Amino acid sequence: MKEGVVKKGQDIGVGRGIEPNPVGSKYAGIEVKESDLRDGRYMSIRYSAMFRYRWDTGIAVGRFLEGLRDGRIVGSRCNVCKRILVPPRVFCELDFAQIDDWVYVYDTGRVNTYSISYIDKQARRMSSPVIVAVVELDGASQGMGIMHLLGEVRPEDVYVGMRVKAVWRSREERKGAITDIVYFKPL
Amino acid sequence: MDIIPKGERIGIVGVGYAGLADIKRVSAKDHPSNSDTISTNTSSSIDTNISTNVSISTTTTPHYSYKELMFLAARMAYEDADIMVRREDRISFICCTEDFWEGNMISDEYMPDQLGAVLRPLCTVAADGLYGLITGFMQIRSGLVDVAVVEAHSKLSDVVSRKEIVRFALDPVYIRGIHPDIDPYFIAGLEMNRFLYETGNSRESCANVVSKNKGNALANPRACYASNVDSSAVLSSPVVAYPLTSMEVSNYADASIVVVLASEHKARMLKGSTDGIVWIDGVGLCSDTPWIHDRNLADATYASLAAEMAYRMAGIEIDGVNKYIDLAEIDDTFSYKELQHMEALRLCRKGEAGILVKEGFTAKDGDMPVNPSGGSLGVGYLVEATGIHRVLEATLQLRGSAGGMQVQGARRALVQSWRGLPTASGAVVLLSSNQ
Repeated sequence: MKEGVVKKGQDIGVGRGIEPNPVGSKYAGIEVKESDLRDGRYMSIRYSAMFRYRWDTGIAVGRFLEGLRDGRIVGSRCNVCKRILVPPRVFCELDFAQIDDWVYVYDTGRVNTYSISYIDKQARRMSSPVIVAVVELDGASQGMGIMHLLGEVRPEDVYVGMRVKAVWRSREERKGAITDIVYFKPL
Repeated sequence: MDIIPKGERIGIVGVGYAGLADIKRVSAKDHPSNSDTISTNTSSSIDTNISTNVSISTTTTPHYSYKELMFLAARMAYEDADIMVRREDRISFICCTEDFWEGNMISDEYMPDQLGAVLRPLCTVAADGLYGLITGFMQIRSGLVDVAVVEAHSKLSDVVSRKEIVRFALDPVYIRGIHPDIDPYFIAGLEMNRFLYETGNSRESCANVVSKNKGNALANPRACYASNVDSSAVLSSPVVAYPLTSMEVSNYADASIVVVLASEHKARMLKGSTDGIVWIDGVGLCSDTPWIHDRNLADATYASLAAEMAYRMAGIEIDGVNKYIDLAEIDDTFSYKELQHMEALRLCRKGEAGILVKEGFTAKDGDMPVNPSGGSLGVGYLVEATGIHRVLEATLQLRGSAGGMQVQGARRALVQSWRGLPTASGAVVLLSSNQ
């Protein structure tokens, strides 16, 4: 605040504020409508930023995605703890050993746990619920597997321990992504 | 007194890195710097590194994911420290990451596996790696743990929208809106202009810093931007944001850096003696106001105050700092920053930094070597790993294992970091060895 504009120490006060809306809203405070912003009654700042990334897959993720494109699930074996890890990594998180031993595991397995999602990300009810499951894959160490969708099954028929098998996209459709598997279905 | 009592010191027992100048493998990936960064001199991203006798080095690491890069750095650091990381039970892990640089919310949650930190204490410090080092220092000092692992990395080759992310750091009401397209480097231009105006340092002095640091980097096998370049070439390179030219801006590189800290007792147990242990004698940190238009743009006040804190802890008289220290690895994100920081850290008086650089006092074989590693201008800019990379270089110096960069008889080093645009935050660490 510059001297001369306002006397030093003088309370310049605030401009006539907008009175809280006493009626028309069941909530306390000031209700701001879309039209208020449009008409410039309030200052609004619109800023959209697009952040783009191009992650290097590195060794382990790269091998896994290549495997999916070939219609196979790749794991890696730790020579210290002997576990077969899926998805694969080049280091074991339990004993901090380097891993360079690659294996295929089966695309069949057992449901470890599942949930049935009835709402979408906007919290709207979905007409058909989505079943998400953690699948322990055959050939991998106990507790190891992937998370994916379940299909060709009614929500009420899913159970923990259910045997399932991957349903793959056709060779031409596969592009090295987790969606190369459409879902797992009951075996 | 704030001096660390004898017998309670904290030492660096291991350092490791991966990435940086990755010789041989030329990036197959179209380097995103072309699309979102200032294009600097065309030779800078593939600089010839004569010291290693290999013709091409690259600043990207397309063959490793950031997790794999971290694993390699951590493994090297643990071997260096002689620790079996999974057998340590009084250990803590600190990562320095920013979610926007990672492209992932809660990026810290993705860090444990590759550091051997699963089911162990781990936290993220969203700041420069030196803040992480100081956090580890405090955790050991408080008696919480005996060993602290500090990691910071740059995987900027994964980030396409680098400039957009820096723009996003600007104040949305007052600054971001003033121009829709302007590159955030203009803030560096504003600082540089005021710094030169107030101190009388010249643009030539700033260019000399670039020449010195890129030259020093020729002896650094980790350097991505080493070259013989004279100051006239620096000054005649395209202007980015007056008075800053493109060659005065450090360029991006990929790296993961890991530093292992231990209490003195633990460090002696690991090493069998105090040989090779680099002690942390003082630490300091400081943040200035985010009001760019209201803070002192000429002086790096944050660096002055962080340094005072560190000098006090180490029991050093401010007037005698330049005599006490054998070398300094300080922030040179932009050319003028090295001069500004030299003066702020009281390595010289205000207005003298440029002369000292010109007369060779800060050269590798000078009285007071500054950035003998090549700094950010010579090695590459590593976002949050920038400060901890300086710790790595200083540690090698104090162990007497810096190879062609070795400063003879180096026993005490000063390391300083700045958090980068648009901040005025920084940290200082004082290191020493028994060499």
